[in-house]
Amino acid sequence: MLDALVQLGQLLLVLLLAPLLTGYVRKVKSRLLRREGPQIVQPYRDLLKLLRKEVVLAENASWLFRVAPYVIFATTWVAAALVPTFATGLAFSPAVDLIAIVALLGSARFMLALAGLDVGTSFGGIGSSREMMIASLAEPAMLMVAFTLSLLAGSTQLSTVSTYMQGSDVGLRVSLALSLVGLIMVAIAENARIPIDNPATHLELTMVHEAMILEYSGRHLAVIEAAASLKLLLYLSLILCLFVPWGVAIAGQDMSSYALALVIYVIKLVVGGFLLAVFETAVAKMRVFRVSDFLGVSLMLGLLAALLLFVSRGV
Amino acid sequence: MAIEGLLWCIAALLGTAVAAVAGVRWTKTAKLVYAVSALASTLALGTAGWILVTDAGSAQALHLPIGLPWLGAHFRLDALAAAFLTVVNLGGATASLYGCGDGGHEREPGRVLPFFPAFLAGMNLVVLADDAFTFLFTWEFMSLTSWALVMAHHRQRGNAQAGYIYLLMASLGTLSLLLGFGLLAGPEGGYAFDAIRSARPASNIAAAVLALTLLGAGSKAGLVPLHVWLPLAHPAAPSHVSALMSGVMTKVAVYGFVRIVFDLMGPSVWWWGAVVLLFGGASAVLGVLHALMEHDLKRLLAYHTVENIGIIFIGLGLGLAFRANDMPGPAALATTAALFHVFNHSVFKSLLFFGSGAVLSATGHRDMEHLGGLIHSMPLTAFAFLIGSAAISALPPFNGFVSEWLTFQAILLSPQLPQWVLKFLVPAIGAALALSAALAAACFVKAFGITFLGRPRSSAAQNAGEVDAFSLSAMFALVVLCLAAGILPGYFIDALAPVVQLAVGEHLPQQGTLQWLTIVPISEGRSSYNGLLLFVLIAVAASLASYVIHRWAAHGIRRSAPWDCGFPDASPATQYTAGSFAQPIRRVFGTLVFHAREEIHMPAPGDLRPAQMQVHLRDRVLDAFYAPVAWVVGVTATGLNRLQFLTLRGYLTLVSGALVALLSILALWQ
Repeated sequence: MLDALVQLGQLLLVLLLAPLLTGYVRKVKSRLLRREGPQIVQPYRDLLKLLRKEVVLAENASWLFRVAPYVIFATTWVAAALVPTFATGLAFSPAVDLIAIVALLGSARFMLALAGLDVGTSFGGIGSSREMMIASLAEPAMLMVAFTLSLLAGSTQLSTVSTYMQGSDVGLRVSLALSLVGLIMVAIAENARIPIDNPATHLELTMVHEAMILEYSGRHLAVIEAAASLKLLLYLSLILCLFVPWGVAIAGQDMSSYALALVIYVIKLVVGGFLLAVFETAVAKMRVFRVSDFLGVSLMLGLLAALLLFVSRGV
Repeated sequence: MAIEGLLWCIAALLGTAVAAVAGVRWTKTAKLVYAVSALASTLALGTAGWILVTDAGSAQALHLPIGLPWLGAHFRLDALAAAFLTVVNLGGATASLYGCGDGGHEREPGRVLPFFPAFLAGMNLVVLADDAFTFLFTWEFMSLTSWALVMAHHRQRGNAQAGYIYLLMASLGTLSLLLGFGLLAGPEGGYAFDAIRSARPASNIAAAVLALTLLGAGSKAGLVPLHVWLPLAHPAAPSHVSALMSGVMTKVAVYGFVRIVFDLMGPSVWWWGAVVLLFGGASAVLGVLHALMEHDLKRLLAYHTVENIGIIFIGLGLGLAFRANDMPGPAALATTAALFHVFNHSVFKSLLFFGSGAVLSATGHRDMEHLGGLIHSMPLTAFAFLIGSAAISALPPFNGFVSEWLTFQAILLSPQLPQWVLKFLVPAIGAALALSAALAAACFVKAFGITFLGRPRSSAAQNAGEVDAFSLSAMFALVVLCLAAGILPGYFIDALAPVVQLAVGEHLPQQGTLQWLTIVPISEGRSSYNGLLLFVLIAVAASLASYVIHRWAAHGIRRSAPWDCGFPDASPATQYTAGSFAQPIRRVFGTLVFHAREEIHMPAPGDLRPAQMQVHLRDRVLDAFYAPVAWVVGVTATGLNRLQFLTLRGYLTLVSGALVALLSILALWQ
């Protein structure tokens, strides 16, 4: 019963928090650039405004173009709701493990890339093509990180891994450090952040994510923007629950500890979002064909981490 | 008995083949041949599936007095055979159904109709064979009938060459299997599988047999570097036959490998697993990279077969490694993953070939650069192809993901392996598998996106229409299976349990009875997956979002010209093409793997020639393995060519010289 409640709570929590996180990161970035920046709640206003607008649809857009936003939103939402944020032991967590979450995000990306090709414009194609190139390196890197963590914890189940990482027998390991760096690099690439892509750009030949969704408008765009915010929240929560798991409520604790865990989670998000903004402000965007070097490094880090574990485990 | 029923079905197929020769001039023959094939395959499918589910523990054998006089023909139906017969006849039934529609229309029906049921019968017989002679005979029968089908459109450019290369590779494969069985049977010549099973080969003999089996079955399955014929031959055949060759015949090759290596050869050695893993990993990555470079829809699918065969062999290699180290649980997991992927791949690959066949018959084009926008004119085909693309890209909640997930779970168990080589190799293979899954998704975004989405790139694509009901029903039957195996994998894993028991002596715990149909391959704390729940959650979330938005937010839609950052161009030529879509990936991986070079010819100012860009790719496998062989054959042939033009005196001298040389060798020998 409690599991179900926590699960329901988390479904709503991620949905509510995601735009806030996006707005917060934008605000911090603006302040770092000595600009005032939009208010933190601006993403909610944007979403509401978009939801009220009519959709302007390209003449030759097919049914796939209209269905895709909902599929992308639903898969991302489900994936985000299954990553332990403030509590482990979610009711649906046995349904999906770390590998399946990576694959679920893959499903969302697949639909998004197809939607980019649907209208048949050159910008849509450029976005889809580059997105799939980035994903073809980022996804294996992410899976290698998943391998490393599962080998350590003896499980691919996120709750189990998170509980294991809270325990005392983890210690400092080279593999963990390598996979943390790898995971952060993947998260930056997957969420279209600087230096891979610029979330604030339009009309630039280097854009990736924005190029794919260029033809979207109105409620479709709102749903896709919400999915993008959810994805950012998901990756941040994933890094937090795997590498900074302290303060996560374990299944079966009382209400007050859940409340405390929630507060701790929000604090962790604030810190994580701040670090992301600082990083984004400090680096410059790369050329598209340098991205493969960046992600190649993260793939190699992941593989190295897994190899070290495979080797050290057997001794 | 079930085995007799199956043999009657096969006899019906062979009879149809003979009747088709006689009735080839009659216009109704095509419908009739495909209808009878569909019926016989469905009956065989029902029998094999029923045996697999209800009575898989026991084996039925049958001995017919045909073939070699002292051997006869042995047939046997055990769990392994039943599982592969299910795959074969599922593919056979749907391909026949597809053939009933427009897909089966041929300009020269005599080149397809007799061979189609014969090919089906051949594949069934290989799986049922229980002695080396029957196995090899039916194997060769299967190869030759499929060769005849590859040559169905022999006047099209490239097809004759494809047929020639296929024939060469098929002969090489059968020759290796023949030698392998010879070694297994030993000097006494016990060719019945029972005799082979009870005799344990010495370790060096076993190694030779493994190599020969990899060469024989691997060349038929399309393992790198033996895959060169596959992307030429599979697309050359009519589309429903391509589906059979890619989806089913490669599985018969996998069956041959499993039967010989897991069943007949007895206990395995750990390095066998390492060798198989290496071949599997190389096939998985190279197959998908080749597919990405390919713009011919059917050839792209054929290269994906190479990739998926690689994934299957990764599972089998892990199974062998675990079995050799006496770890039955992990071995069962790895083998289940491989066998489940055999089923899954046969389903979605047949589906995708039917889809490409529908595109081909609607537009006349296989080259994606001439297609586009077909989702408007062929919405049902597009939907089916989309599901197939998602399934082959290992996306949840479809079936391809489940078998790859099981393979990953098996890989995660491998630190327990004691050998250092495997400890280093397996994580690298895991990375290769992850890479191939991600690249497959990229490739199918390209395949679906360029073919079905965007704007039509030719008038044929502009004026295409939806295909007939038979073709569509064949596709949608497979769509249902893709989803069913994805959301209810527990039942499929349970059905494979007796097969895995036979192969590695252990099977996974029963899955179908678990709460909410979750699958738990090892233990609950370790890993679990529930496709059904995931599917329901996604469906509920999507409908909820859609309902809430349409109920309370705006629902107006206005159609207008595309935005495209303010510079929309009316010409469809300004869209992304398959070549441009693959360009980033070609730059990342291609320079290393294919020695890819881009050449840009920019005319001088004032010159009115169009600018040109050419891409040069080199197949390094071809350069490394086949070019030297071809060179040696060529040089030898040129050298020996002189012998054709000797005088009579010269020939007599040659013959007497050869005789003297042979006799003197014989004399020296003794």
